[in-house]
Amino acid sequence: MNRIERIAALKQSAKERILILDGSWGVMIQRRGLDEADFLGERFKGHKGQMKGNNDILCLTRPDIIADLHNQYYAAGADISETNTFSATTIAQDDYHLDLQAVIDINREGAKIARKVADEWTAKEPNKPRFVAGSIGPLNKMLSMSSDVNDPGARLVTFDQVYQAYREQVAALYEGGVDLYLIETITDTLNCKAAIKAILDLEDEGQEALPIWISGTITDRSGRTLSGQTAEAFWNSVRHAKPFAVGFNCALGADLMRPHIAELARVADCLVAAYPNAGLPNAMGQYDEQPHETAHELHEWAKDGIVNILGGCCGTTPDHIKHVADEVSGITPRQIPERPKALRLAGLEPFELT
Amino acid sequence: MTPTFINIGERTNVTGSAKFKKLIVEGNYTEALAVARQQVEAGAQIIDVNMDEGLLDSQKAMTTFLNLMAAEPDIARVPVMIDSSKWEVIEAGLKCVQGKAIVNSISMKEGVDIFKAHARACMRYGAAVVVMAFDEAGQADTAERKIEICTRAYHILVDEVGFPPEDIIFDPNIFAVATGIDEHNNYAVDFIEGTRAIKQTLPYARVSGGVSNVSFSFRGNEPVRRAIHSVFLYHAIQAGMDMGIVNAGDLPVYDDIDAELRQAVEDVILNRPQRHNVSNTEYLVDLAPKYKGEKGQVQVANLAWREGTVAERLKHALVHGITEYIDADTEEARKAAARPLHVIEGPLMAGMNVVGDLFGAGKMFLPQVVKSARVMKQSVAYLMPYMEAEKEAHVAAGGAYQAAGKVLMATVKGDVHDIGKNIVGVVLQCNNYEVIDLGVMVPADRILAEAKAHNVDMIGLSGLITPSLDEMVFVAREMQRQGFDIPLLIGGATTSKTHTAVKIEPGYANNQVVYVLDASRAVGVVSNLLGDEKETFKAETKADYEKVRLAYGKGNSQPRSSLEEARANKFKIDFTAEPPVAPSFLGLKTFSPYDLHDLADHIDWTPFFATWELAGKFPAILEDEIVGEAATSLYKDAREMLAKILEEKWFEARGTIGFWPANATEDDDIEVYEDESRSKVIARFQTLRQQMKKTREGQSNTALSDFIAPKGTPDWIGGFAVTAGHGEMEIARAFKAKGDDYNAILSTALADRLAEAFAEALHKKVRRELWGYAADEKLSVEDLIAEKYKGIRPAPGYPAQPDHTEKWTLFDLLDARARTGMELTESLAMTPPASVSGLYFAHPKAHYFGVGKIEKDQVADYARRKGWAVDEAERWLSPILNYVPQLGL
Repeated sequence: MNRIERIAALKQSAKERILILDGSWGVMIQRRGLDEADFLGERFKGHKGQMKGNNDILCLTRPDIIADLHNQYYAAGADISETNTFSATTIAQDDYHLDLQAVIDINREGAKIARKVADEWTAKEPNKPRFVAGSIGPLNKMLSMSSDVNDPGARLVTFDQVYQAYREQVAALYEGGVDLYLIETITDTLNCKAAIKAILDLEDEGQEALPIWISGTITDRSGRTLSGQTAEAFWNSVRHAKPFAVGFNCALGADLMRPHIAELARVADCLVAAYPNAGLPNAMGQYDEQPHETAHELHEWAKDGIVNILGGCCGTTPDHIKHVADEVSGITPRQIPERPKALRLAGLEPFELT
Repeated sequence: MTPTFINIGERTNVTGSAKFKKLIVEGNYTEALAVARQQVEAGAQIIDVNMDEGLLDSQKAMTTFLNLMAAEPDIARVPVMIDSSKWEVIEAGLKCVQGKAIVNSISMKEGVDIFKAHARACMRYGAAVVVMAFDEAGQADTAERKIEICTRAYHILVDEVGFPPEDIIFDPNIFAVATGIDEHNNYAVDFIEGTRAIKQTLPYARVSGGVSNVSFSFRGNEPVRRAIHSVFLYHAIQAGMDMGIVNAGDLPVYDDIDAELRQAVEDVILNRPQRHNVSNTEYLVDLAPKYKGEKGQVQVANLAWREGTVAERLKHALVHGITEYIDADTEEARKAAARPLHVIEGPLMAGMNVVGDLFGAGKMFLPQVVKSARVMKQSVAYLMPYMEAEKEAHVAAGGAYQAAGKVLMATVKGDVHDIGKNIVGVVLQCNNYEVIDLGVMVPADRILAEAKAHNVDMIGLSGLITPSLDEMVFVAREMQRQGFDIPLLIGGATTSKTHTAVKIEPGYANNQVVYVLDASRAVGVVSNLLGDEKETFKAETKADYEKVRLAYGKGNSQPRSSLEEARANKFKIDFTAEPPVAPSFLGLKTFSPYDLHDLADHIDWTPFFATWELAGKFPAILEDEIVGEAATSLYKDAREMLAKILEEKWFEARGTIGFWPANATEDDDIEVYEDESRSKVIARFQTLRQQMKKTREGQSNTALSDFIAPKGTPDWIGGFAVTAGHGEMEIARAFKAKGDDYNAILSTALADRLAEAFAEALHKKVRRELWGYAADEKLSVEDLIAEKYKGIRPAPGYPAQPDHTEKWTLFDLLDARARTGMELTESLAMTPPASVSGLYFAHPKAHYFGVGKIEKDQVADYARRKGWAVDEAERWLSPILNYVPQLGL
């Protein structure tokens, strides 16, 4: 299949069943107990500062591990696996002193690794094609939140810088062969809007249009994103991307995330996707929720018709994904509602003029 | 059906508001934000921001103002209308809003290509647009031109650009009427009729307009202008106008306008046939002065909170993050208070606690809390000069000068306990000392580096567990080595005047080391050390410690037993008469999680009050003449928080216990066996024996190993490690981050109590079921606290076994790290801090005792049994050595 056929297959699959995304990468990589030498590989030997902890670099230095993880998740039943490029922007990688070329290479190679594994699975199981989502994560620098308590107007980056960083990432992911973009773990909607603009601008300039999946993060019981928006305000703020899917991931476990997903299910006229954490972390920062527990909760969502795509975020493993995939298999996905056209705006809260 | 009309706030517009322009030009953004807030409070559903002013760098002003607005949740909750005639300014604005904004405006004024380009950019940024009825030929004035231009623009946008029609808002131009020029007379009608046609023929498009233009010729006469706006809107809304830039709080209700004025206005707006001998315009112009003197309507901005008491207002300002009135309110509170400090301790702290509760309940979110902290800061900053002045006045009046000093505080490396330190910190801060709190587990080099960096006046060290004492000795020596010349304060549960005098002070000669018994002494000590009499104070302290050292030396001469003699006089149990009982199972059992509700019933409250330095037994303490009131209030807060802890599962309790076959050896060890064959030793608990001379009949030199039968008689030992602290550090940190030290300390203290209750509850279960040697035990909670039960659960590091390193053995046997998530620091402090561990001895004759001081012969023997060098043993046992070891320095 070429990319156009894959995208058509992706859209067709989404009509037929609940699609499954993969689970956490952090915990799986952590389990390997890699050391600094693994992270540095040959290419970055003698590189300034510490590289350990920069999971994205493994696309270049330990591609075997990355391929294996894609493989594990596809084997567990995932339709979509994400590239290992969550922090692969020049802004985020500045912490590791990586230059633009290295960042581009991470994205392109990360996409290629995933592409290869996905294609192998599709060849093996043609009735269940596998897809690659290019992971576009948040930045450590935010456009809507002050970087200085004493100066609420202070910002460490400009929109143009964030836009440029995402633009480089998007172009490299595209080149590497992803089927869709996944802007995820969005803590600041303005950062996300910069990523959206980068994608739309590249498409205006001739790059083939790929589906966009936008996944925000409701950070706590306030029911808001870190930058303060409600679920509906968030949706109003990103709808111009005409996303393939919108949803939430991270920060919360399935139980606490449910009301916010239900809200999106009500307002969003595209697919709704959710990949919660395996519960809340315990005091040691570890996740205790067992695969069957996650699966049980998400099964309820599926039954209630509020989701189209399910997966896992922090603390989830191939075993979690397998349980989720098994539990929701055969359940009809959420029907996309028709919403009357209306002027819908947003500040931190939604605005609608009907 | 009543048409919906959306108010767009117009006052944050430099072209429309002289006041706002002045504020922006002067760079007074705080006041400028207050204008925006007032608009939202008055009911504006969208805020129009316009910075088109020749004196300004409009792009920069737009960016600055929108970024500042983003930090004000009660303004940022509504969408923004980015208003400029310059595209660069609009684009700068689009780069600052996370929500979906409206761009005001784009038009075909400079041709269709630019119009399309701007529209596309708006789609890419995700914004709705206001399209002005303007084309290459100029601005549309007649209804016909308005309809023509808007229709053309609509089709270009929808059909050629792909712009969503529901995101298009037309501004068909509101022009001034009653200008004296006849061609202008129909402008309002043109707008109204244009609006009607647009709404009927262009699906989903909306109509907006800048309302104040219509009354431009009456500028200077606000009451008449407002009446014109009201009448104009009444008719435009009927025709389909959806939104307008208006001062929402300012409009009279159409029906409330004086009938004479209303009719005159209506004649002008609707361009009705002349009904007087002068034109409609002239008639209104003549009538206008009559209404000019009328007082403007009261602002509808919600200022009801300003009616409250000053404490309520301060609270409101803190909760809502409003700095606008904070100086005035602080001033009022200051005047009413005996001392400026009381404003901080009273209404400001009360207000901050409310903020903490709201945040905890999910009713406030991060940016708001950051704002509250800012309000607090500003208020405190306002009070600072008065607090300074108070001191100066105090001096002028001949009082002793009390400098506000800087105190650096830290819990030393290896130790995680900080309740006491936090209390001292709050007490010092309340007395206007600056406290730099480095937190827990702080290594010496960092303490000293920060002390230098902040140029502090003294350092305070805290620690709860005995190995921390050594770390304090080390810090003191480092201070000496690095040439520090500031006082060093020592505090915390295991510290003592004796240890300070004997071990710490001799290592630090540059300045004075002072032991601080509790938080209530902290202010006295600190002020003495910084005051005029400081040299006297230091000299007295030095002399006092010299005396302590002498007394300590004399203590050495108490009669002692050798280890051999002591072992000969061990505590003897007749294991035949009272044979050991086998536990119901062998091996480990884990409780993870354990029900917190059950633990809450087991809480021993007396030590809880002691934590807060309230002395007395619970519940009598609640009725206590002196501390009763404080204790009752604290107890109430504690019960409330406890209820929340349980309901919201703040903490998680986890524990593990184990029972193993065991026998005592000749040399005070307890061998732990793999199984009942007792052939393989899997661990050894080393115990320490009392060496004070026991002269009376029946007195023995006890060690814990005496409570376990020697080889030949099957016996068993148990162990436990429990914690109620998973979550406590996060909770406390969250409280602290909000400046709410009170609740931070309260939560930590409750976690400690729950951990103790866990140990107690589990011990009960062990006695009755799990070991089951006292299956028929029936004791009340009071009896339990009074320890009227059989068997003991001594903890390593406490009097019966003062050596903390026994926790290594215990944790390994219990697999405690994996099973409970508990860890040990290098100083053997347990994490989370609210944790308890210990051994179970089941024999009815087992009892608590204190090992007391030990002699060199036992230390040497202990080192041999542990496989340590003697100096290593001396280091771990340093608090209980009855001799001064040769320091290897």
